[in-house]
This record gives sequence, C-alpha cells and structure tokens, in this order.
Amino acid sequence: MSGDSSPGQVAGADEVLANLMEAVPSVEAGRSVGDRVIRVPARDLARVAGAARALGFEMCSDLTVVDYLGKRRVRFEVVVNLLSLQHNRRLRVLVPVPEGDPEVPSLVPVYPGANFLEREAYDMFGIRFAGHPDLTRILMPDDWAGHPLRRDFDVGAVPVQVKDAPQVR
Amino acid sequence: MAHLTAPPQLLTTTLGKAMRWAQQQSMWPATFGLACCAIEMMATGTAHNDLARFGMEVFRASPRQADLMVVAGRVSQKMAPVLRQVYDQMADPKWVISMGACASTGGMFNNYALVQGVDQIVPVDVYVPGCPPGPQSLMHGILTLQDKVVSGELAR
Amino acid sequence: MMAEPTSTTDIWVSGTEAPEVSEWMVSGTDEGAQEMERHETTERSVEQRGSRVVDDWVVDDTVDDEERMIVNMGPQHPSTHGVLRLNIELEGEIVRRVKPIIGYLHTGMEKTAETLTFLQGGTNVTRMDYLAPLHNELCYSLAVEKLLGVEIPPRAQAIRVLMTELNRVSSHLVATATNGMDIGALSMMMYGFRERELVLAFFEKTTGLRMNHNYIRPGGVAADLPDGWEEDVAEILERIPRALRDYEDLLKENPIWLGRTRGVGIITADECLAYGVTGPTLRAAGVPWDLRKAQPYSGIEAYEFDVVTGSRGDVYDRYRVRIGEIHQSLRIIEQAAGAMPRGDYKTGDRKVSPPPRQRIDESMEALIHHFKIYTEGFKVPAGETYLAIEGPRGELGCYLVSDGSGAPLRMHTRAPSFSNLQALPIMMADSLVADTVACIASLDPVMGDVDR
Ligand code: SF4
Repeated sequence: MSGDSSPGQVAGADEVLANLMEAVPSVEAGRSVGDRVIRVPARDLARVAGAARALGFEMCSDLTVVDYLGKRRVRFEVVVNLLSLQHNRRLRVLVPVPEGDPEVPSLVPVYPGANFLEREAYDMFGIRFAGHPDLTRILMPDDWAGHPLRRDFDVGAVPVQVKDAPQVR
Repeated sequence: MAHLTAPPQLLTTTLGKAMRWAQQQSMWPATFGLACCAIEMMATGTAHNDLARFGMEVFRASPRQADLMVVAGRVSQKMAPVLRQVYDQMADPKWVISMGACASTGGMFNNYALVQGVDQIVPVDVYVPGCPPGPQSLMHGILTLQDKVVSGELAR
Repeated sequence: MMAEPTSTTDIWVSGTEAPEVSEWMVSGTDEGAQEMERHETTERSVEQRGSRVVDDWVVDDTVDDEERMIVNMGPQHPSTHGVLRLNIELEGEIVRRVKPIIGYLHTGMEKTAETLTFLQGGTNVTRMDYLAPLHNELCYSLAVEKLLGVEIPPRAQAIRVLMTELNRVSSHLVATATNGMDIGALSMMMYGFRERELVLAFFEKTTGLRMNHNYIRPGGVAADLPDGWEEDVAEILERIPRALRDYEDLLKENPIWLGRTRGVGIITADECLAYGVTGPTLRAAGVPWDLRKAQPYSGIEAYEFDVVTGSRGDVYDRYRVRIGEIHQSLRIIEQAAGAMPRGDYKTGDRKVSPPPRQRIDESMEALIHHFKIYTEGFKVPAGETYLAIEGPRGELGCYLVSDGSGAPLRMHTRAPSFSNLQALPIMMADSLVADTVACIASLDPVMGDVDR
C-alpha cells in the first residue's frame, strides 16, 4: 500500500458505501474536505454501526460531539469515526441531535471501545446514550454541575492574582 | 591530665542550629507528579542530573515518610481534595514546592478545570517558574528552600 | 469460563468473511511483517496468571463476600504513571475486576483551544501528551493545514519527520524505563532517562525547550535546524543503538524479567480492535497496523522502515515491540538526516506564515501583516476534518471544526491513551495482583493524554 492510499480512495471504497446505504436507506453520503462522511438520523445510528461493522469497520476510533450553538438549527452533532483496517479507510458518521432531547443510541453493544468515548461525550456535552452500561461522568468530579464543553458554558477564567512578595519573617 | 592536652574534639552549637542543619540535609520529597512537570522531576532524580547530590533522591511513595511535597504540574478541581489530603497526611515539619507555571498560577490554562494556583489549597514555600522548569531550575528551587531552612526563615 | 484461545492470525471480526491473508499487512513493510516468535497455543487462562498459579476458582456470584476485597489504587501512587486511579476487586491474590477512574488531570484543553487562534493552538495541544509533544503538534498542524489547503515545503516535511521520530525514540525510552522501574529493574530507569537526555538536549538546541516545544506549527516549523545539527543527530544515532544493546543484555533474557512479563497481561488482536486499542499494544498482539504505512502523512512514505509486531500480546511482547520501534525510528532518522532537502522551513503562503524578518525592517505593510498574523491569527475556511497520525501510543487524531474565523469552533483530540486504557480491565482480569503494575506500565498511558 504505497503513496496513493489516502482513505476514501481505495478501490472498492464506494462499494462499501453503497452496501451501507442499501442496508440503511436513511443514510446520506457526502464529502467534507476530501473525507467521506455520512449523515444519519439519530434513531438509525445503531443500525448503521451494526451494518458498518459487518462491512468490515472493525474499530470505533473516535466519538465526539460538536456544539453548533447559534450556527445551525439543530444544535448538537455527534461525530463517530469508524476505521476499517482491512479496507484501510475511515468513515465519519455525523448524527444531528436536537437540544431538546439530546439522546442517541449507544454504540457500546457494537463497539465496546465506545464506552469511555460516550461517557466523555455525556460528561462534556450532556448527550445521553441510550443503552450505555454505565453512563456517568468520567472526567469531571461526580458532583459537578453543567457540561463544560457546551458553547454556553463559560470558559471559567478567573483573574490571575499576583500576590505580594512574601515578607521575610 | 590527658584530656587537657588532646586536641579539642568538641563543637558547640545551639540546638536550633543543629536541628535546622539536620532538617536541611535530609529532606525527603513525596512523589506527587501530576503532569509534564513530573517528567522533569523524574529527570531531575535520575542519572544525568542526579538529585542525590543534595541528599534528596529518596522519593517516598508514602506521604507519611516525606517532608517535602513537590507539586509538579497542573492541579485539577478533581485532584485538589486529594492533594490536600496527601498534604495533611505528611508529618510535620513539612514544606511545599510549587513546580511550574500551572501549579503556581494555573499557567496557560485559565479555565473551569484547573485550580488557579496550588497556594489556594496548601501553603507554598518556594515557587519554581517555568513551563516546564528544567532540572536545573528545580534544583535551584530546592537549594533555595534548603538555604531558607538553614537561615531559619522557614525552619519548622 | 475463559474464552476459547484465539489464534492471532484470526484477527477478523465475526460476521465478515475471513480475509485472504493479509496482503495489506505485508505489503506495508519492506521485509514483510516481522514476527518475533510463534504464538504457543497454551491455555490463555493459565498464561494470564503470570506466575502460573493454578487456580480453580469459578465465576460464582455466591462467593463469600469476606473473600472479596476492593482495593483502591491511586490517584497518588508511584506506579500508576501519574494520577490514574483503579478500583480493583480481589479474590485473594487474583484480580477479578478492574475499573479505571480518570479525570484527575482534566485540564479543559479542548475548551481552551476554542479561545486560542489557530496559530496559538500549538501551545495548547503540545501539553496534552507530554511525552510526545511534537506528535501532538504535528497532528494539529496537519489538520489545520488540511482545512487551509496549504502546501508544505519538502524541507519542513523532512524536519517534521526527523523531529517526530526522535520524539518517538525519547517517548519509548521513557516507556521502557518506567516499565523497568515498576517491575523492579531500577537500573533500567536510570539508563532510559540517561539516553533520553541526549535526545532532549537536541530538542532544546533546536526548539528552545526540553518539552512542550510548540515547534511544529501550521505552515511549517518554527525555526530551521540549528548549526551543527548533523553532528548531534550522528551522535544520537551512534549512542542510542549502543545503549539499546545494553538494555537487551540487561533484560532480554533476564529470568526475573521474563518471569514478570511473559504471559502477563495478554490481550488478543480481536479484543484490541473491539476496544479501539492502537499503537504498540495492537502491534504486540500481532496486527501490523501502523498509520505511517497505512495512511502516510508528511511525506513519511518516502522512508524505509518496518512495522514491528509481536505475536502473544503480553507485556514482554510490548516491551520488545517498543525496542524494535526505536530501532526502526533510528532508521528513519538516519535517512531523513542523510537526505535533508534544502529550501524553506515554512510555507511561502503569506496568508499563513509571517513575512521574513528582513522584510519587516523595510516595509510598513510587512510589519502590519506580521502584527495581524500574530494578534488576530489567520482565517481558516469553514469546514470540519479529522486527521490521524501514528503517535508513540497509537492513533493520535485531531478533529477540527472551523466556522471561518480565526479560532476553531471545536478542537477534539482522539487520545490514544484514553482508548487504550479501556484494555486494562481485560488485560488484568484473572491475573495476579502483583502483575497490575506490569500491565499498567506496558500500556504506557500518559495521563495528560487521557484526561486532556
Ligand atoms: S507548567 Fe507547563 S510543563 Fe508544567 S504542568 Fe503546566 S503545562 Fe505542563
């Protein structure tokens, strides 16, 4: 596999995508800065993940959330990065999630590795993953209020205090 | 009358001075590595820089056996209670060095997650600036602390 | 109670037809996938217990609670590599369940990234994985450059490869050193850090700092290589292989080391893939997956090197893979230093990189331009992208969203240590409690990378 193998340009790549779209008709395919992305409604995420895994995407390499507050009508977008080692390609799944009911199905039954990633997304953005075995805060203390990576959560900067030089006792 | 002719074998000092001298020479740090600075603290303790020259290479894993806490790195809100507890577990006399910009002021991370300066939780004796402070800076900080202990400024 | 012993060639996920053996696996390397030793098909359950204690415990929820003990390890513990905390459920000496608790080093870097311009972002990401700062910078810069669509001159690319591979060497040296220390080979600690100091001296000379360099920036690198860098690199290339031979003498056949590492902390290729484990841990389980080969970046496809793999996926294999990777990185460094192209060390695109110093003295416009780039930053076209490189711990990715302004709307790092940590409960299940530290050390988690 030499220089020409940037993800998405491997021969047969479109076949994989076509198969996926056949398995789940609600999938919309697109491109973003040269990468292949698909957009699916939240209710079909688990089905897409199952189909993708059957098509050879062995690993869920990343899962995160973007908060498009004030930029888009649907505020959140869950971004799942799947990786196929055998096809040597990636697939990015974008799932719009409304602010009012931020819930998507959990990927843990299909990709156990999504466990920590989903807990992080829950902790930072307050997205609920239905069916997750242990959806608790992971990075922040358990009693923390709010979801810090939301755009409307303040950075929390405090003025730095410069103290006087200590007095010699 | 042999004891009058023999060369003098006595050294007189005050109890305070002797105590401070002893404190200075056997300060054992507790391992409290948090982030990038901890790696530099480890580098200070190992072959090339060799903290053993100052009688301080015995990094103690248990706070009960340590006299000095080197807070090396950023202290998060979640870590702050732990840090305070480790400090409370140390036996007196005890000193604290705040190593690096993050431990001293929060560094470049002025946000919700970090405690902006470890001196809000524990009393700090010496601040070592830098991001990360090189091993030489940390040694300078330690020597400063030793000087202050000997001079009585920070004797406990 | 144990899963069937898995053969390591069978790495495919159930449900897919068995792939023809690995054309992509071997074509990626110059000499084929290197296997260090054959996998013996011993019962995994026996292997897993390290010291080969025969144990007839059966999973049984009615086991008397008095025999069950929950031990809390960390967050302040010398062998947890920072502030990792583990809840370990013990049955006597046997570990039954492990739960990693993290977040003690959460720094809010992804939030801070939204307040910094794209140019300043490097200072932020470099502090994530503090053993591999240059990889973090490279990953972030490549993602920004992908959105910008700028071309990087060949010299800058070669410098990036040279520096990141040196960084891989220093990172693996620390991993080996701490791995040794945790298992009791204290001299390994001293040796590893001694050689690392050599690499760090070169970093300090080039970038001005020993760690957290902010050297690789969107558009190129911050400065050219210093005068006399050839000699420094030559010295590194000469001294580190010698040191590696010392380590091998010390550890490779050391019976205590073998006893503490072989058959300990086994994880299979299947489990690695399912849990998103990448890097040396995945390769030690027998999968020759290296993003430098599979999805090359920064012109690394022009260099010759092999992907090192193990076969048993235990602590020993991970140690061998790291040593092997140091050798391979040195190969790349030698080639990069030998054929360093001439030319610019940053892009000539004036939208991204400031005008050269002399121009500022001559022209007012250049001065204003310089000022604007460093205060407002450059604008990045709206879009979102994901870019991954092979960090010392595995797939290091950067997901970047720009809304067309000077600062990212969202910057997310796919941290290899974070995903790798999920493998810990699997590695440690049914092993002896004394093997806990061996497992943690062999995974080489960097808490700054886990918590960000
Ligand atoms: S001061 Fe710098 S080196 Fe030290 S912990 Fe903070 S960011 Fe890391």
